[in-house]
Amino acid sequence: MELARLLTQVENNTPEGRLSLDELFPHTGKAHLIGVTGAPGTGKSSLVNQIALQYRRPSAASPKRVAIVAVDPTSPFTGGAVLGDRVRMRDLAGDPGVFIRSMASRGSLGGLAQTTAAMVQVLDAAGFEVILIETVGAGQTEVDIARLAHTTLVVESPGLGDEIQAIKAGILEIADILVVNKADLPGVENTERALKGMLGLAHPVEKVFSHHGEAMFLPGSEPVNPSMWVPPILRTIATDGTGVEELMAAIEMHAQHLHQSGDWGRRERTRLEVELEALLTETLVAQFRTGILEARYDEVVDRLVKRTLSPWEAVKELLKREV
Amino acid sequence: MSKRKIRVLVAKPGLDGHDRGAKVVARALRDAGMEVIYTGLRQTPEMIAEAALQEDVDIVGLSILSGAHMAIIPRILELLKANGQEQVKIFVGGIIPDEDAPRLKEMGVTGVYGPGAPTEKIVNEIRAALEPAA
Repeated sequence: MELARLLTQVENNTPEGRLSLDELFPHTGKAHLIGVTGAPGTGKSSLVNQIALQYRRPSAASPKRVAIVAVDPTSPFTGGAVLGDRVRMRDLAGDPGVFIRSMASRGSLGGLAQTTAAMVQVLDAAGFEVILIETVGAGQTEVDIARLAHTTLVVESPGLGDEIQAIKAGILEIADILVVNKADLPGVENTERALKGMLGLAHPVEKVFSHHGEAMFLPGSEPVNPSMWVPPILRTIATDGTGVEELMAAIEMHAQHLHQSGDWGRRERTRLEVELEALLTETLVAQFRTGILEARYDEVVDRLVKRTLSPWEAVKELLKREV
Repeated sequence: MSKRKIRVLVAKPGLDGHDRGAKVVARALRDAGMEVIYTGLRQTPEMIAEAALQEDVDIVGLSILSGAHMAIIPRILELLKANGQEQVKIFVGGIIPDEDAPRLKEMGVTGVYGPGAPTEKIVNEIRAALEPAA
């Protein structure tokens, strides 16, 4: 199929891929992008499988076409990867309304690959109404997904940490919906209580994520706004589907909330701005590097190693002569 | 860096439940710098062809210990072709009787690997099989 090959072109950032992205871009912006993140082994893939099944239920008024982009880590040593998310998604096999694509992170550190956003654009333009984006099993700071997705699910499971983990900054802050998966395991009450405590401690404020990693607070939002979104905490058992219907309802409510509050548009703007900035950085660096001799670059690195030049001086040195 | 990554689908068709071999191969290919999509046990030929299509892989590795290879492999080749993926190669590992290997190769299978096959050999033969494409 054309789609799969196009995705490969885009993933490899080829000239053909970029050209197609230019053409497809006007047709994007329709899909609901749902991010699923959380620590390794909390059940993200199984949950994605269940969510996709719900969207595809024959009893649903109009089953939605679902695309899944599942990112797994690339080895920092060999550049290889084992992408195993499909193992948990076998229930979706044979359904032409579901398209699953695995991606390796290829050295990117935010839980997504550099070209994930572009891959999502292609699937959006291809008419998938829901796009589920599963991140690398993330620890505490892999929060790029919140800048890509409209709705971010953070998946926890019992036994992963105490209240102190829950009040640290990072991954829990980005949740629009908190899911305690494996709710049949002992300790589920503790996990739930820790998460509740975390939400209760924080005086909730309206925010959108800016590209500098800081939240931009919206003017006049200091007092608790009754229409403000407070992340619900939901229990699920992804292996048998328990709690998934409630989760679907929460996702639906969040989408409505985004539309009513105008957050949908704000998130779109932020996302595109982040993407532009990333592409600019990448392009400028690439341009700069082609104008510089490899030997000269090596020489500067040598001087760094000998400590005769500081990293900032090295940057100045390279910029001074070559640009 | 811009060199195209080899994408491999590793699948385990049929009903036997021993996937150690498939995992060893998946791991070896990972260490050789390839991107391996691992799909797990009990895959039907239809599931394998669908995954190969969606993932746009260059080559499919099958692990078959049940003796059903002469039924499964032609079916997968047929499905790949029906999907317009006749360029996708197949290699197979597991318990394959010696007399079947030439027949499989005739069908277009690039390599047949029994127990004890060195993983470097598998890696090198995959690279060689994809040489003109990659």
